[in-house]
Amino acid sequence: MSLIQILFYLLGFITLASAIFVAVTKNLVRSIFMFFITLFALAGLYVLALADFVAITQIVIYVGGILVLILFAFMLSGKETLTALQEQRKQFVSANKMVSFILAVLFFAVLVIMITRIGADNLAWVKNAVSNKNDITPNVNMTDNIGINLMTRYLLPFEVVSILLMIALIGAAHLSRKERVQ
Amino acid sequence: MISLSSFMIIGAGLFCTGIFIVLSKRNAIQILIGIELMLNAAILNMVAFGKYDRFNNGGQMFALFAIVLAAATTAVALAIILNVYRRYKTIDPGKVDKLRD
Repeated sequence: MSLIQILFYLLGFITLASAIFVAVTKNLVRSIFMFFITLFALAGLYVLALADFVAITQIVIYVGGILVLILFAFMLSGKETLTALQEQRKQFVSANKMVSFILAVLFFAVLVIMITRIGADNLAWVKNAVSNKNDITPNVNMTDNIGINLMTRYLLPFEVVSILLMIALIGAAHLSRKERVQ
Repeated sequence: MISLSSFMIIGAGLFCTGIFIVLSKRNAIQILIGIELMLNAAILNMVAFGKYDRFNNGGQMFALFAIVLAAATTAVALAIILNVYRRYKTIDPGKVDKLRD
């Protein structure tokens, strides 16, 4: 077992364990901070998949942007949330939770069966990519390639996504402004 | 190197945790976190497969687009949650059941 595999299993364990902690904990703030750890461990997994630029983007956007937004929303709607959570605490295992747990486990079983049967490492195009030297190896620098592709091959999706981001931010600012008293 | 299947199994675990959170929680912010977990599972799969596309970078590029779209979604969803809180004084999706004022 090489070092990279040990790191992979460690990061995968941290990811899944913190995600499950987010799911089971009763404390909302704690679950948000555990979500932070999930995102960091996922960024580590992206590095192990040799996508360093995506990992940095994940940290900058998710941890720097989305998590702070979620914390803000929690602070601004705080008191009612806490009382709702206390109501939830009274009933330990509700029928709703049981049903969703069974559904999630069954779906996981279906996914695992599918993954083991499909044999992703023996797919034709994956083997083709390896034999054509089209796979990423640890010693190549991918960031400049990503930049060139972003400005040539993926220029249209890039522009569309930038316009959509602007629309979404204007919409969010419009939605969250205070209503004027008529 | 690490096999694609192990990446996919971790992605499947994350996705199912997300499904559990979305179905069982009664707080809109936690449901949003569940949706983010599911999105991250999809992004993990895209990045893992993107390893076999060195020249065109399809997987990594669309992982980047998905991250940006997740940021936009979250901003709008949180604005909506704040508005719902202002109007209904609760963010339990089970209690918000009126379209009109």
